[in-house]
Amino acid sequence: MNCAAIKQKLAAIGAGSVSETEYGRKGFALDVQVAPEQLVAAVSALDAEGFFIEAVTGVDWLGEQAALRKEAEAKVAAAAKAKAEAAAAAGEEAPPAEPVAEQGELPEDALEAVYDFNHYEALCRVTIRTRVPRSKPEVPTISQIYPGANWHERETHDFFGITFVGHPYLVPLLLPEDADYHPLLKDFRP
Amino acid sequence: MSAFAESEAKETFVLNLGPQHPATHGVLRVKLTMDGEYIAEAEPVLGYIHRMHEKMGENRTWAQFMPNTGRMDYLHALAYNHGYVSVVERAAGIEVPERAEYLRVITAELNRVSSHLLWFGAFILDLGGFSPLLYAFDDREHILDLLESVTGSRLTYCYFRFGGVYNDIDDNFVPGTRAFIKRLRERMPMYHNLVTKNIILMKRLQEVGPISAEMCRKYGATGPVCRGSGINFDVRKHEPYSIYPEFDFDVPVYEQCDSMARYMVRMDEIEQSLRIIEQALDKLPEGPVMAEKVPKILKPAKGDYYHAVETARGSFGVRVVSDGTNTPYRLKLRSPTFSNLSLFGEACQGMLLPDALALMGSLDLVIPEIDR
Repeated sequence: MNCAAIKQKLAAIGAGSVSETEYGRKGFALDVQVAPEQLVAAVSALDAEGFFIEAVTGVDWLGEQAALRKEAEAKVAAAAKAKAEAAAAAGEEAPPAEPVAEQGELPEDALEAVYDFNHYEALCRVTIRTRVPRSKPEVPTISQIYPGANWHERETHDFFGITFVGHPYLVPLLLPEDADYHPLLKDFRP
Repeated sequence: MSAFAESEAKETFVLNLGPQHPATHGVLRVKLTMDGEYIAEAEPVLGYIHRMHEKMGENRTWAQFMPNTGRMDYLHALAYNHGYVSVVERAAGIEVPERAEYLRVITAELNRVSSHLLWFGAFILDLGGFSPLLYAFDDREHILDLLESVTGSRLTYCYFRFGGVYNDIDDNFVPGTRAFIKRLRERMPMYHNLVTKNIILMKRLQEVGPISAEMCRKYGATGPVCRGSGINFDVRKHEPYSIYPEFDFDVPVYEQCDSMARYMVRMDEIEQSLRIIEQALDKLPEGPVMAEKVPKILKPAKGDYYHAVETARGSFGVRVVSDGTNTPYRLKLRSPTFSNLSLFGEACQGMLLPDALALMGSLDLVIPEIDR
């Protein structure tokens, strides 16, 4: 078993993107982005190669789309300003400002489920990520492949409200049994 | 294996173990469905001391989170220190002076020995033997004194800093540590004569509480639990960090998969830790214990970073997501006992209750680390 072999296998099942990262800089060897529908196939491939499950967690990307748009707008504005300045330096009349492109509604922000797998023999930590919309965070469970994922998924459901479809027992693990809040969401207010 | 139920469960009752029970070492509750003397089903109930360290990480600066690390696994706090400083140093690209790394390894290994000694005493106490606890605490006291002189605290250490350690050792530390190593080496045969070769202990642990290698993999068990099942996995060897590659030490592995194997792994690890400390003291270089020019306000580059360390209970991993500001965007703490305990429900099925308690003791649970 080596990292290159598993990289090929993951690419073969059509995972969104499989990139090798610099281990010493990042601490993991493969960064895999999959769609929720491909998750079970990707995890099964790792299971067949003898990986063990390290952790499941989530990241809330609230505000990411707004930040991306702001960044893009700043880039456009900077380009326009540079153009105008260049024109002014050449003694020409400034070109008319380009009409600002009408932008639709912001795309919805995502919740990301992050799965870490490691291997007892090979030095190859694989990180699998899958993104789901914040309004409908549903990811298939992997607890039928790795029973250890059962608790990790319950914890992630506690903290982020991600629903693991098909999970046999998705009740709060660390939070109180009647908890209806998800503390690691960025818009959580106690 | 005579300790397993043969007939199918016909009439069962629920037995509540904990959350206040001496054998659960803290506030862990286990809901047991019993078929007579045998366990039909076991469901650990967690969260009694959940403090949401991950949320705390998101609303304070990188450095302000340091003291939290010692309050998760309070028995091996320095390894948790090590994991957290390492991941931040990786993210921010901070180089650590050699002497600081040596001091980190020496103190973390001393801490590992003290953790194993406490486990040893408490484990035998679970099985009904009282006096080994007193011997173990006597030895552990020497470590606490040594670490107190360096770190300033006796239990929830917060000694490491980004770029080094908080302060240098004093003149008494090296001779004191050498004297302690000599003392503990003289005591270990006594422990083995008193406890390991005790026929009652053997009967309680041998061939009891089997955890197969495959079960370890499916549940993500690490540390002495997986090494007692024949898996040679130790983060210090597997993905070497700090200056561990410079030391000559073995990873004890036992193939028997029973509670005795896990007991033997930890007892052997004490000697291996002593070997590491001894070599580190011999090679301890002179120099600064803190990197120069560590920025007061840290702003690691955007991205996510992972770092794992070997604690007394297994692989502790920290995943940080930085958005380039002075506070972490996301901080995931992967604690080893969380995974190790998750296999308990499957492993103890069909066992007698006292055997299941022996199995639970052999997992070496620290509840604040599971609940975080």
